[in-house]
Amino acid sequence: MDRRKSIQTIILGAGASALAFHGCKADGATSGETLVNVDEKYFGRTPAELERLEKLNAEELFNAREMETIGVLSTVILPPKEPHGGPLEANVPEFIEFMGKDIPELKPTLLGGLMWLDHKSNTEFGVEFKSATLEQQKQICDEICWHDPEVSLDEQPLEIQFFALMRNLTVCGYYTSKVGIADLGYKGNMPNVWDGVPQDVLDQHGVAYDPDWIAKCVDQSKRGVIAEWDEQGNLLT
Amino acid sequence: MQIIEESEVYDVIIVGSGAGGGMATKQLADAGFKVAVVEAGPYFDPADPKTMTQMKWPYESPRRGAGTDRAFGEWDMSYGDWEVDGEPYTVEPGTEFKWWRSRMLGGRTNHWGRISLRFGPKDFKGKTRDGLGDDWPIGYDDVKPYYDKVDKLIGVFGTNEGMENDPDGFFLPPPKPRLHELFYINGAKKSGIPVIPSRMSMLTKKINNDRGVCFYCGQCSRSCSVYADFSSGSCLIFPAQKSGGQVKLYVNSMVREVTTNDEGKATGVSYINKEDRKEYKLKGKVVVLAASACSSARILLNSKSKQHPNGLGNSSDLVGKYLHDSTGASAAGFIPGLMDRKTSYNEDGVGGMHVYSPWWGDNSKLDFPRGYHIEVWGGMGQPNYGFGFNTNDFNKFFGLKVGGYGDSLRDDVKKYYGSVVGFGGRGEGIARKDNFCEIDPTTLDEYGIPVLKFNYKWSDLEKKQAKHMQDTFEELIHNMGGHPLGEKPGKESDYGLLAPGQIIHEVGTTRMGNDPKTSVTNKFNQLHDADNVFIVDAGPFVSQADKNCTWTILALSWRASDYIIEQLKQQNI
Repeated sequence: MDRRKSIQTIILGAGASALAFHGCKADGATSGETLVNVDEKYFGRTPAELERLEKLNAEELFNAREMETIGVLSTVILPPKEPHGGPLEANVPEFIEFMGKDIPELKPTLLGGLMWLDHKSNTEFGVEFKSATLEQQKQICDEICWHDPEVSLDEQPLEIQFFALMRNLTVCGYYTSKVGIADLGYKGNMPNVWDGVPQDVLDQHGVAYDPDWIAKCVDQSKRGVIAEWDEQGNLLT
Repeated sequence: MQIIEESEVYDVIIVGSGAGGGMATKQLADAGFKVAVVEAGPYFDPADPKTMTQMKWPYESPRRGAGTDRAFGEWDMSYGDWEVDGEPYTVEPGTEFKWWRSRMLGGRTNHWGRISLRFGPKDFKGKTRDGLGDDWPIGYDDVKPYYDKVDKLIGVFGTNEGMENDPDGFFLPPPKPRLHELFYINGAKKSGIPVIPSRMSMLTKKINNDRGVCFYCGQCSRSCSVYADFSSGSCLIFPAQKSGGQVKLYVNSMVREVTTNDEGKATGVSYINKEDRKEYKLKGKVVVLAASACSSARILLNSKSKQHPNGLGNSSDLVGKYLHDSTGASAAGFIPGLMDRKTSYNEDGVGGMHVYSPWWGDNSKLDFPRGYHIEVWGGMGQPNYGFGFNTNDFNKFFGLKVGGYGDSLRDDVKKYYGSVVGFGGRGEGIARKDNFCEIDPTTLDEYGIPVLKFNYKWSDLEKKQAKHMQDTFEELIHNMGGHPLGEKPGKESDYGLLAPGQIIHEVGTTRMGNDPKTSVTNKFNQLHDADNVFIVDAGPFVSQADKNCTWTILALSWRASDYIIEQLKQQNI
């Protein structure tokens, strides 16, 4: 099922038969819903923003070797795991390259860090990083992957800054991807009807709803009924 | 180049299409007047799939939602932020101001937080209350009928709590609190800080047949495509057009000045069409400025003529003066009790908070005047750029190492997802004559219009208020069993008090009053110096409150529109 269909299904739900695209009247008395009209061809850019995106996409920040190195390093940082894959399935290398162009301040750390990585690997093992064995790659990473959180990253050696940046971009790139969001389990960005925290979650965290508070909250079975008040502002419907 | 003049004479020309302009459009068009709306940005409809950002996933963008092009993130529905291409502003050295502009139909209402608070009786009478600033020439009772009408027309959820300075209204029912908000309620209780359901203009229940009902995606800042949140275009301007009103929209049209005649009355406006870069003139019987407090002041100051040599409406020399924004400071805490969350459910909710704390303090026992409210955020939000950065920094609170790599990062992400709660304090700064904007004659925008220069400094009163915010946030975080994140800002950084303008509640530049020497407009938002010019944005505010200004802009714009209708019918203007 494509996503547009699935959104329709979710928001229509059972029994809400009179939903319509924007511009048409919904059946107010029963549903109160209007269809969300999502078009996946667009992601809301203005012409000027699109122009800038095209310009950035046309630039090349990393050569093929560097892109491969990023792929290898990001996979060491966040190894793939079934069923939700890893950085490559999440297009992490492409994301990192784009960010290096979009936020030019990242560029020196990324380019310099990649050079450092190959220099280190060549010096220690006689091969560039991407061709080293996993054990050798880990040996290099082990030296640069820890830092004192009390000291600002800017004041730490470049290779430590580089690794921290690569970890940030790898984890971020993965968890903002389709596979990463599935791994995280985020259930939002879908039309739904919020009716409070599930009881098992309240229990797990040791909190409870105050019945007086809940009594004031929306009765979702009547959300499609047009609001009317008495003169004192008491909701009648 | 000749200025191109249109032959059409409008009953009313409205400059700006945000909250104030939208409400005036709706009321005046519904009353049968021929209205021109002049907007500096492009046409925008939240329902247009081409411009829509609602329901987008981070991976639909190569930058995954990063804020490179839009300061509040790339899904935020504001065209323009602290900077607008080709439209600079300047700031007097040694002072600071940040000016947010949204260039689009509906203006800033497309992305705002929808926190919709009425001012209370005390908020209109600041000077009576503590001797600072000035009283408004009107009181709560003058505005109450309009707040009531705004509630019913636009829709706002909340609860009637019977609090004196946070008045009751006609509310839709609020959504239930989220998990982190239950922690907040419990934490605040320990400090005796009240928490009530928030008051925000999203439709938790149907209000009419033209607008959809909230489907809880939490993305109101992206402007709702089913019109379930309040935006000026979707809730005021489109309905005015739909009900047969004579509304002509001029978009991408940047007003330069209000034109006047020999009697000093307004005859219309001149504007630059951004597409062909030519200057045009529109004629109207009444001009309503709703371009935002600072933009309207700029237009007035740039409208110099023989009759108004100091700028239109500026015989008092007060246009641009008394500029003030809400105070703001924030803090965040890591709450171990919110770790290891189940992701079994969708808790996006409405955009922003389901609960908040209205001001509770007794200023007679404090070292600052006026108050602030607390906004709270947190939860398992949509991952976007920045998500997962410093994945396991919180390890330090457990004596564990920070950093590393490998499978454990996945566990760290999930362990800490949704465990941070943040607070924003939004308070009332005192309106002062020496905080102002003025024309900077050395700088033009790319349309040839002289720009604004800002001159704004916080006083010790606002700084002390920010200190109180920080102390309160720290206490709340401890009450919630948490650890504050980052250094607590101290005196050297004004206790984290944000720069003026950053809360985007700037008001006061054309303040209302009964005396033309000490005010720019009268109590019906009408210029003392030109009776067919009205200002219906936040310029006429005498004082901010610890409330967001939109609901009061809407109420006062409606009230001014009723007055305009009456005056036009009686042929007084």
